[in-house]
Amino acid sequence: MYRYDPYDQKIVDERVAQFRDQTRRYLAGELTDDEFRPLRLQNGLYIQRHAPMLRVAVPYGLLSTTQIRKLAHIARTHDKGYAHVTTRQNFQFNWPELKVVPEILAELATVEMHAIQTSGACIRNITSDPFAGVAGDEYIDPRPWCEVLRQWSTFHPEFAFLPRKFKIAVNGAEQDRAVIQCHDIGLELKRDAAGEIGFRVLVGGGMGRTPIIGTEINDFVPWQHIITYCEAILRVYNRYGRRDNLYKARIKILVKALGIAEFKRQVEEEWAFGKNGPSTLTEAEVARVATHFTTPAYASLPAEDAGYAAQRSATPAFAAWARRNVLAHKVPGYAVVVLSLKDPQRAPGDITDAQLELVADLGDAYSFGEVRATHEQNLVLADVRQSDLFAVWEKARAAGLATPTFGLLTDMICCPGGDFCALANAKSIPIANAIQARFDDLDYLYDIGDIELNISGCMNSCGHHHVGHIGILGVDKNGSEWYQVSLGGSQGNNTSIGKVIGRAFAAAEMPDVISKVIDVYRAQRLDGERFIETVRRIGLDPFKIGVYGDAAIIERKQNA
Amino acid sequence: MPKLIRNGRVVDDSAEILVLDETQAPEALTLPEGQVFVPLAVWQAHKGMLSGRAGVGVWLDSHESVEDLAEDLESLSAVALNFPKFTDGRAYSGAALLRSRYAFKGEVRAIGDVLRDQFFFMQRCGFDTLQPKAGKYSDAQLEEAVASLKDFSSPYQAAIDQPEPLFRRARRVA
Ligand code: HEM
Ligand code: SF4
Repeated sequence: MYRYDPYDQKIVDERVAQFRDQTRRYLAGELTDDEFRPLRLQNGLYIQRHAPMLRVAVPYGLLSTTQIRKLAHIARTHDKGYAHVTTRQNFQFNWPELKVVPEILAELATVEMHAIQTSGACIRNITSDPFAGVAGDEYIDPRPWCEVLRQWSTFHPEFAFLPRKFKIAVNGAEQDRAVIQCHDIGLELKRDAAGEIGFRVLVGGGMGRTPIIGTEINDFVPWQHIITYCEAILRVYNRYGRRDNLYKARIKILVKALGIAEFKRQVEEEWAFGKNGPSTLTEAEVARVATHFTTPAYASLPAEDAGYAAQRSATPAFAAWARRNVLAHKVPGYAVVVLSLKDPQRAPGDITDAQLELVADLGDAYSFGEVRATHEQNLVLADVRQSDLFAVWEKARAAGLATPTFGLLTDMICCPGGDFCALANAKSIPIANAIQARFDDLDYLYDIGDIELNISGCMNSCGHHHVGHIGILGVDKNGSEWYQVSLGGSQGNNTSIGKVIGRAFAAAEMPDVISKVIDVYRAQRLDGERFIETVRRIGLDPFKIGVYGDAAIIERKQNA
Repeated sequence: MPKLIRNGRVVDDSAEILVLDETQAPEALTLPEGQVFVPLAVWQAHKGMLSGRAGVGVWLDSHESVEDLAEDLESLSAVALNFPKFTDGRAYSGAALLRSRYAFKGEVRAIGDVLRDQFFFMQRCGFDTLQPKAGKYSDAQLEEAVASLKDFSSPYQAAIDQPEPLFRRARRVA
């Protein structure tokens, strides 16, 4: 993975000094709340319900075991013994005290980490495919490109105060695993007919209260020009994006208002000035960054490890885990392991300091000292030998990190919601846990198969509910907490926005509602059909009838 | 005398920033003597008369475009860009455009909600003169604030102050 050189280190160290001084001036009353707020946000520091929350950047989800141990240390020393993996591959601490934050940042800097631009109206952490470099369907490794863009966007002076947050994601494989269609800029690495690398550029996607799928603005920007192209997009947005209404300030609103053709015209007119300028990427720079992402020293191994097969037959619980949480690796004899953070006893995405220490040990012993965070709020060991899987499983299981449900109903995305977040309409974690408690039978979960259930505590959609096959959204009705259910959302290549099925439910009803939705699917599915495919084929009506009874349809007909 | 920061030093400054209220027509305005920044509307109304006069600059609000001044830059020695709120970042693009696309060599002044924690970004985008609101900083605080111009020593990306990105300026070894 990328290691800092003295320039990178200096920037992060200087940031620590800068933020230390800003915090000092704030606590001394020299900076007002309004003046300090954007400064702390650009350092990932929110004030939420109980305490500040510190969001630590994990560039494109990649972590060294040294960094994991530092996060464990911070959780133990400055927090309540746990951290949270976010839907943008970052780490969050829920309880640090403001006055110790500069200390935490200084500690992070010692392991090449920071909280720069993890929040605020600026270019945020760049996210990517958690299986980069190891997936069989990869065309081009996105990591070097993510790092190049990370450096470009870090403290970009022109784009520090955009109309609103700005999120970029990069994917380089047949399957989109980075939700590129729901980002302000989504980049898909590809090759042109001559074999040259470039990017298909999508713009104006996003979730929030107005979910919009990104539109293609250019089908091939050659790699040399990706920075100047992004700069052109950002300059047009910075100048013309709305600033009068927070809810209409994302680039997606500007793109909709102008239309993609006019927006593209403006961007490309701007690009004409920057193109071929000094920010044009050089082969030397890309090569320098790419050397950090070379293939690790894989052993040459048989494609199928005999011991691994035997262990699966002998130990059904191991087989169950291997079936869901072990994924194919492009190198024979290796596997990708998903360490689940969806233990029903914990909030989705939470991880304790002790678990973090164990993950670091596993990473060192079995996966070249690296760990990845996924936007689905799990961790990944990307390079495990098949012959080591049993050992990994035993240790992970003992630590509560081997819930064998990757990609199943209870492997949900869930925002912190009303338990932590001041913007929430409703709690989300208890809903997640109640659904996990209802669906605790593994055979039943396996029978339901691949499905994505996403929960957000309010319209801001931090929990990606719009793109959940089943989406749950917390809403406020006269001061009490209710939940709206949508179906048919999807991330990946066929990204779609879910549709609400009808009136909202009380918290206590939610496990039943989900059961009814699943019953409809099981009754209606064709052989081998996944949940989302059934929803797409039969539409929402059968689900509405299943959930609300015939009344739903009668009412709709009357209103028609 | 009021102070501001120019090219990294605290200096005295007596320029007046002329503000129109809604009732004033730009044509009906009498201009004070000495250095003055007039609003774009005033400039456009009195261009003929003003372009000869020494010490006249134009200030643009954040929704106004530097393009509207493009033709006039040769007769101007200073342009000020207003930050109505420091979180309104449009003037960063405005300054960068003045310096790059229009090759403007005169003074580019940041006015309005100009705070030390943004000095570094402002300077990188081509502002040479930074004028915090009157009374925002004491003289001593302003002297101290100059340090913020040096918050970062080797930024990654190209900007007006460093037209080459780090990967072209430095030999970085992997
Ligand atoms: C106290 C904590 C938080 C606050 C105040 C907060 C606030 C917000 C707001 C206001 C938006 C909507 C932005 C817009 O539509 O323009 C948003 C979106 C989002 N947030 Fe959060 N959030 C918080 C925590 C989190 C956490 C913990 C995660 C990850 C688990 C997260 C991930 C996201 C994501 C993925 C979006 C989607 C934005 C998009 O691209 O449209 N947030 N958040
Ligand atoms: S979706 Fe709403 S409740 Fe959940 S974390 Fe985001 S802002 Fe808070």
